[in-house]
Amino acid sequence: MTQLETSQITTVVTEHELHQRWKWYDYFTFNIDHKVIGIQYLVTAFVFYLIGGLMAMAIRIELNTPDADFLDPNLYNAFMTNHGTLMIFMWIVPAAIGGFGNFLVPLMVGARDMAFPKLNAIAFWLNPPAGALLLGSFFFGGSQSGWTAYPPLSLITANTAQTMWILAIVLVGTSSILGALNFVVTILKMKVPSMQWTQMPLFCWAILATSVLALLSTPVLAAGLVLLLFDINFGTSFFKPDAGGNVVLYQHLFWFYSHPAVYLMILPIFGIMSEVIPVHARKPIFGYKAIAYSSLAICVIGLFVWVHHMFTSGTPPWMRMFFTISTLIVAVPTGVKIFGWVATLWGGKIRFTSAMLFAIGLLSMFVVGGLGGVTLGTAPFDLHVHDTYYVVGHFHYVLFGGSVFGIYAGIYHWFPKITGRMMNETWGRVHFALTFVGTHLTFLPMHQLGLQGMPRRVAMYDPQFAGINHICTIGAIVLGISVLPFFFNAIWSWLYGPKAADNPWDALTLEWTTSSPPAIENWEVLPVVTHGPYDYGRTVEVNQTVQTASI
Amino acid sequence: MQDSTLNAPEISLSSAASHEEHPDLRVFGLLTFLVSESLMFGGFFASYLVLRGAAAVWPPEGTEVELLVPTINTVILVSSSFVIHLGDTAIKKNNVAGMRLWYGITALMGAIFLAGQAYEYLTLGYGLTTNVFANCFYLMTGFHGLHVFIGLLLILGVLWRSRRFGHYSATKHTGIEMAEIYWHFVDIIWIILFSLLYILTLF
Ligand code: HEM
Ligand SMILES: [Cu+2]
Repeated sequence: MTQLETSQITTVVTEHELHQRWKWYDYFTFNIDHKVIGIQYLVTAFVFYLIGGLMAMAIRIELNTPDADFLDPNLYNAFMTNHGTLMIFMWIVPAAIGGFGNFLVPLMVGARDMAFPKLNAIAFWLNPPAGALLLGSFFFGGSQSGWTAYPPLSLITANTAQTMWILAIVLVGTSSILGALNFVVTILKMKVPSMQWTQMPLFCWAILATSVLALLSTPVLAAGLVLLLFDINFGTSFFKPDAGGNVVLYQHLFWFYSHPAVYLMILPIFGIMSEVIPVHARKPIFGYKAIAYSSLAICVIGLFVWVHHMFTSGTPPWMRMFFTISTLIVAVPTGVKIFGWVATLWGGKIRFTSAMLFAIGLLSMFVVGGLGGVTLGTAPFDLHVHDTYYVVGHFHYVLFGGSVFGIYAGIYHWFPKITGRMMNETWGRVHFALTFVGTHLTFLPMHQLGLQGMPRRVAMYDPQFAGINHICTIGAIVLGISVLPFFFNAIWSWLYGPKAADNPWDALTLEWTTSSPPAIENWEVLPVVTHGPYDYGRTVEVNQTVQTASI
Repeated sequence: MQDSTLNAPEISLSSAASHEEHPDLRVFGLLTFLVSESLMFGGFFASYLVLRGAAAVWPPEGTEVELLVPTINTVILVSSSFVIHLGDTAIKKNNVAGMRLWYGITALMGAIFLAGQAYEYLTLGYGLTTNVFANCFYLMTGFHGLHVFIGLLLILGVLWRSRRFGHYSATKHTGIEMAEIYWHFVDIIWIILFSLLYILTLF
């Protein structure tokens, strides 16, 4: 037995001489490098996030007073629908999976690119037209029926806009299927042979689980949307009860995708958490295998709980019971992860970098949001608060606290690798403080609103709710402002920030073994894995017999 | 744990690999994609069963299906799955002419299938919007027909590349294999469709 210093990563010299970098205009072309595509996804998604955020501001200003005095109700509906749609389909999913996934997965498994680089670029370029369709729908009245597009409402309002909405979702759906199959092949087939499965970074496990989920659930949504498209435009009646159709059928098809979609959004974020926390706490992650397998467990169980969104749709009691139980079971693997991170933090030498602040912020938010989710997954309680602001409060805790915080953590963590420059930590803290305060201020009172019975998706409400709504609006404005320090920090640092070292956080995963930003071919010399991804402060025993065997 | 420095050549090969050098990546990718496609059809099948379950008479009066043409079609499509496999076997023996022959016959059979479907559409006497059964019938068979058409294009693409560029040999035949896999997929989906839309309506 010999002892090996773990922070040392052996490299093999091969014939690659590449030092080139991409020029700025390469990012506006059909480039097939996974790093370019990752950045394209991230930046595009951030633009949609800003647009969706402006819509949220408009919505909140409208709701500041009980009357519809700022937006007329139709416009309110269009804003509300497109806000939700943009945030889910054009921001979280593309940023977390497309952005981080594309940039990091090949680097983390030691590959020079994704398995199908051209397909990868095609998948990205399906996004901008989808966004254009969504925004263009405003010229046709804007889709009005919420991001769920339930018939019959979606069949009878703003048909052209609704058709554009459907086409947009089918485009992003296709994009995510193509991306997912690319991830599956890349992770399963292109991992460096020197990396054992138990040495693969947890982010890659998360992306693997996410991709399987996307492959299995997205096509079902596509099927449902095709039927809706035919109902709107070609005179069929799949969802028209007076002609033998069935509206609840749509809900099943929709939620078979859209429940797993919440895991599509959160699993990659969990992956980001599992990278950020051990690095900045300087400790091996607690329960590597438990965290890896819980991703797969979430992926499997997640496919069987969709009916908890339909407790009020005439679902028979036995079904409510079955889906209540299965919903509560998903909390277990999620709890395993949370426990793993908290245990990792426990006794760690925590560095309170901006990335770490957002990661810890996420933990606290996600616990609130997750507990809210457990209450909603319980049929009797859900019957009480269904379609009230309690639901809006819950899903914003998980979506804003759980996903946006994670994306920010990821950006602060990998910014040096992506751009070759460090971000300003002071502004990062300001950004964090504003976001943290803003999120609680906006979304915590919404739970109270919901318990008191304020319905969601309305532009006008009973004056008794005005006080709490006022607080929410102030919170939303804080949140709106919170984007500014981030925005300027990111742009300024990208242009003028101090040059980043190859491995500024002393991390052990493979992406940090290449230069910052990585050369076009990722590595001049390919890395060889000699230790686990999170072996901080540990020494690794090298098995002498294996070593001799391979000589 | 293993000191892998010594495995260097192997490492640089597989991690530099793109699908050009690694044909099995492409086949694996296609299979993954087909799993996804099956779920889309699965969504249609499930919808069909739900709608059928709620209906009193199925198919409703006046929208019965014709069996003769689709049965012939089924026989043609199922046997074409065997024919295309002969082509794949041929190329593995480096028999390019044989591959072209069998793939050509498959393409012809696919075209006959599509023609049969067109004939069926024209003679049924009801259309997409007649009732929910007709909605399902045209949508599902139409979607499947679209897949047959894509499969046909893949096969014609194989033939074209073989004639024009002399691609494919006993050692390089991934494209041929992929066309074959896709064709089998289209066939399997059809068997399910045929059972649901035609055979089960007899009971
Ligand atoms: C500044 C931050 C945000 C504010 C102030 C905000 C506010 C709102 C409001 C007031 C609604 C309307 C609720 C209703 O009428 O039902 C809404 C809906 C929604 N929001 Fe946000 N939101 C913000 C950020 C986000 C983010 C980051 C996401 C997801 C990533 C998101 C996802 C959604 C979804 C899915 C809906 C539901 C839309 C629908 O029912 O069709 N929001 N938001
Ligand atoms: Cu759900």
